[in-house]
This record gives sequence, C-alpha cells and structure tokens, in this order.
Amino acid sequence: MSWRRRVGLAGLGAIVVVAVLAGVVAWLNVRGEAPLGAPAPRVAASAEQLARGEALTRAGDCTGCHTARGGRFLAGGRAIETPFGNVFASNLTPDAETGLGRWSADEFWRALHHGRSKSGRLLYPAFPYPNYTRVSRDDADAMFAYVQSIPAVTRRNVAHTLAFPFGTQAALAIWRALYFRPAEHVDDPTRSAEWNRGAYLVEGLGHCNACHSARNALGATRGTLDLQGGLIPVQNWYAPSLASPREASVAGWPKHDVVQLLKTGIAPQGFVMGPMSDVVLNSTQHLSDADAAAMATYLQALPPPPESEPAPAETARPSARGAALYKDHCVACHGERGEGVPKAYPALAGSRAVTMRSSANLVHVVLEGGFPPSTAGNPRPFGMPPFAPVLQDADVAELLSFVRASWGNRAAPVSTLDVAKARAGRE
Amino acid sequence: MAQRVLACTGCHGPEGRAAPDGYYPRIAGKPAGYLYNQLLNFRDGRRSYALMTNLLAPLDDAYLREIAGHFAGLDLPYPASAPVALAPADAAAAARLVDEGDASRGLPACNACHGAAMTGTAPFVPGLLGLPRDYLNAQLGAWRNGKRVAQEPDCMAQVAKKLAPEEIGLISAWLAGRPVPAGAKPAAAFAAPMPMACGGVATSGAAGAPR
Repeated sequence: MSWRRRVGLAGLGAIVVVAVLAGVVAWLNVRGEAPLGAPAPRVAASAEQLARGEALTRAGDCTGCHTARGGRFLAGGRAIETPFGNVFASNLTPDAETGLGRWSADEFWRALHHGRSKSGRLLYPAFPYPNYTRVSRDDADAMFAYVQSIPAVTRRNVAHTLAFPFGTQAALAIWRALYFRPAEHVDDPTRSAEWNRGAYLVEGLGHCNACHSARNALGATRGTLDLQGGLIPVQNWYAPSLASPREASVAGWPKHDVVQLLKTGIAPQGFVMGPMSDVVLNSTQHLSDADAAAMATYLQALPPPPESEPAPAETARPSARGAALYKDHCVACHGERGEGVPKAYPALAGSRAVTMRSSANLVHVVLEGGFPPSTAGNPRPFGMPPFAPVLQDADVAELLSFVRASWGNRAAPVSTLDVAKARAGRE
Repeated sequence: MAQRVLACTGCHGPEGRAAPDGYYPRIAGKPAGYLYNQLLNFRDGRRSYALMTNLLAPLDDAYLREIAGHFAGLDLPYPASAPVALAPADAAAAARLVDEGDASRGLPACNACHGAAMTGTAPFVPGLLGLPRDYLNAQLGAWRNGKRVAQEPDCMAQVAKKLAPEEIGLISAWLAGRPVPAGAKPAAAFAAPMPMACGGVATSGAAGAPR
C-alpha cells in the first residue's frame, strides 16, 4: 500500500470517527426530548398558580443571579463569574424584545428540563438546569405563569465572555454529553412524604449542590445528591459539607432550629454568612413553613460520609502574638474564652465554622467582615467589621491559628499564604 | 444599636467619628437621608467600594434606614481641622469657587446646597467641613471620572465634570483646612431653591429594586 493511500485511509478513518462522535454527542444532547408541539393558546393563570409560581421562583433563588445588583427584578445582567469566564444572567421579565415575552410554556419547560433556549441553543450550566431538570412540568408551568406576570423590563442580554473553546456550542455539547442527563424526581416509597418533598426541593430548585459539592476541572459536580462540600469557584468561599458532622451537618439539631436557620439566617447553633447570606435573603426565608420543614427533614437524614476524615496532621498552637491580636481586636465581642454572646456575636469555642478543615471562610470573614441577612425573623442583624484595612496577612494568620487552637479547638494552623490568596482574590 | 453596627465603626472610628488614617470619613451627625442614600448606593452598586458593597449586600432597606438614622442622630464634637498650607492666590481661587461658583461655566456655589455654613442641609445634603482632604479629593475625582454615581440626575457628577483636576485639589485642600463651627448641624432647609436637580434629594424615599 502506498504511503499516500495509507494517509488517505487514516484520514478517512479519522473523519468517520469524528463524525460518529459528533453524532453521538448531538444525540446525547437531545435524548429524551419530545418535539415542541404547536404553541398552546395562553390560558389565564389562576391566582393559585401565580402564588405557587412565585414561591417556586423564590425556592429556586432565580433572583440571586437574574436580578443585577441594584437592578430591576429578574431583568438579568448580573455576571456569574466562573473559572471559564463570565456568564451573564438573562432577562426573565415578559418584555417581548429582550425578555421572555415571546416564549411559550413548552419552551420554558425545555429550558428548565433540557437546558435549551427558545432558539434551541444549548444553555450554559451556570444556569443550574442539571438541578432544575428535576422540576415537575406542573411546577415549571406555574413558574412560567408567574414570571410572565411580573413587570416587563426592556434590558438587552449581555453576551457571555468565555475563553475559547468554552464559549462554543460544540464544547458545551461535549460537556452536556459527559455530565448532563434530563431527569425527573421520583418519590422514594420507603420515605415519608415530607422527606420526598425535601429531596425534590434540595436536589431540584434549591440547587444546593451547585455550591455544596466539589467541582471537577470542567466545572461538573458529582451529581445532585452530592452535598459533601466544595470550594465555590472564583469566590473561594467554602460551602461546607451538609452531611459531615465535622462541618455543617444538621442531623443532631432540633428540627425547629434547622427551619429557623433557613427562614431567618440565625439559629442557636450559629448563623449564615457570605454567599449563604444571599441565599437566605433571596430564597430560603421565603419558603413556606411546610417546605422549610421538608428541606430540614431531608438535610437531617443525609447519611454521614463513610469514613470520618483523619485528624489534622498538624494542630495549631496558640501563640503569644495570636493571643495579643485576639485581645486587641476580638475579645470585646467574642469573649475571653471565645464564648460569644447569644444571638449577637457567635461563639468561637467549639464552633465547626472555626475548626473545619477549610479555613477559607474564616479568612473571608476576618478580612471582609459581614452581616447575616436581614430577614423577617432577624430584621436587625449584628455585624462583624472588615479587618482587611487594619491587619496584615501574617497577623490574620496568627490570629486565626490562635482561634483554631484555643478553648478546646484543635484544627490546623492558617498560613500567611492562605490569607494572601484570599486577599488577592477579592481586592 | 451601637452594638449592632460595630461593623461600621471598625473603619469609620468609634461612634463614626472618622478614623485617624484620613480616608474613612466621619459618618456621625451626617444627615440621615444622605447616609441612607449612600448605603443604598453602595449596596446597589452605584458607588464602588467592594468592602462596603459586600458588607451591605444582605441588608434590607428598612435596616439600612435605621442604621443611617442611628449615625445621623449622634451629636459629637468635631476635632480641630488640621491647617492646610495654600498659597494666598490658590486659597483665594478655592474660596471663590466654593463661595460663588463660576456662572460662566454653570458652576453653582457649594454653599447653595451644602448650607450657608457648609454644614449640610437636612435631610439629604451632607456638610463639607470636618472631612479629610484625601477623602474629598477622592470623592470629587471619582465623580469626575464616573466611579462614584448617585441617583439620576446626578448633580454632583455634573459639577465635578465641570471642574479641572487642579481645581478639585484646591477645593479639597481649602475645605479640609476650614474649622468646623462649634455645635455644627445641618441647616433645616434650603435658603433658596437648589440651583440644580439632584436625584438623591428628589427621590429621597425611593427604595431599590424589589428584593
């Protein structure tokens, strides 16, 4: 066989392989999709449907991304920062030119369930359709009716700014072939109705695992059931494991306290800060008591991870410098023995937020300060001042290492590098 | 309330008296409406300072109004202003801009809105005395280059864009060196109609987007 012929055959083979792969990828992207029928005539939504749609839209925290800072409700424009570039949330208001005004309920359902836009374009999974795919058709219709009822805002969508090749539909098709599969919530008959409702909310609209799960190099989680904790890309806040007793498991709490945390942002055991403040503010505080209780039931039943993580290789030791810094900057609120003040300043002694393996959130809180959200149940939260303008990185490291090693706390020290990285990320 | 807002006084000084570093401004005794508007502007991204924006992100309008009212209600003496050395000609030029403006450029006098004694006008217009030179310089500069934005119509942006950078430097230095009168309080009302329309004054009660 001449070399020309060999190269020709190899080339032909390569073309066939690529064509077959492309065909498989294309098929994987539309599997399970029924063709859209003729647009159904719009039926006026009932008051019940609108109210349910609003509650579900809140439960999905749509406004967390689709309302820009200071912008009009659900009119889009906020940049979702990802390691691959920025994805800009779209306008969900019923404006005909720039929003969802010309969408049908079928197209809205296809976006939620299959992750495709009105035009058929594949959507980026920054829009958490790997979770929303579990929303029922009836609930999707209620959400659609609700977003069609809010004030229309004319605001053109902003083009995403993603690095090559992530901005291409082909790359997205491959990602979806690897990691996305349309799914439906199926009740587990061995569990209570309340647990099943919780599972539906946590895995679906709540999209809790979008933060509380680690992501691989291509930004995919290990599935909607995985709530083992993860570092939130770009923001570098650590969303703790909701299953691990060392992190944020609520299995041992009175259920009432879990409901209280979701609805008010504060519970006797601690309160939310950072990105979770926004989630409580925009989403979980609006849950009905029944839905908050269902979420709590589901979260409390999460099985603990199979093996408890090993004790830290190195435990921080309280240093004189750390103690002095604590006395200067922290003791007035958090107390001589890290005991805090109930409902105002959190205890640091015995706090899992202090001792869990990742120190990312501690560094964030010391540098940036923060408030829990103002909610109906906690309208006037107490705040922590930002220390970024006051403390050097080495001081923050000494201080946190002291806190992680005092009053019975036993956790690894925090390094100056840990602090420097967090500061570089936010300033 | 002071216990709830220790997050503010870490930078703005005990009771909001201003920090010694000459940047974080005094907030104690500023008009309540002005402070409330600034809190909204930071939270909603019109003013750009990441620490403030992140801090305020989870707080609602009602609580921000209460925080503004708390600091506005603090009546604390001002420290003596540090004297600022300006050449007589520069000081005269600065004083003329502040007291008279420049009609040929459509520049109003500062005291037309900020009070005859430049101690502000309740409830929306802040005083200009007792503020650090660096802070004044940075704010006027930020308005001039669009980094600080207020509600539309943004009168201070229009004013700052009519000023030359050297004039901003002179005005900041001159204002920072003026003594604050004893018992300084914002004027109760404007002496004459405002020379410009200002969104922060007109849309006083406007809340942000539904949240």
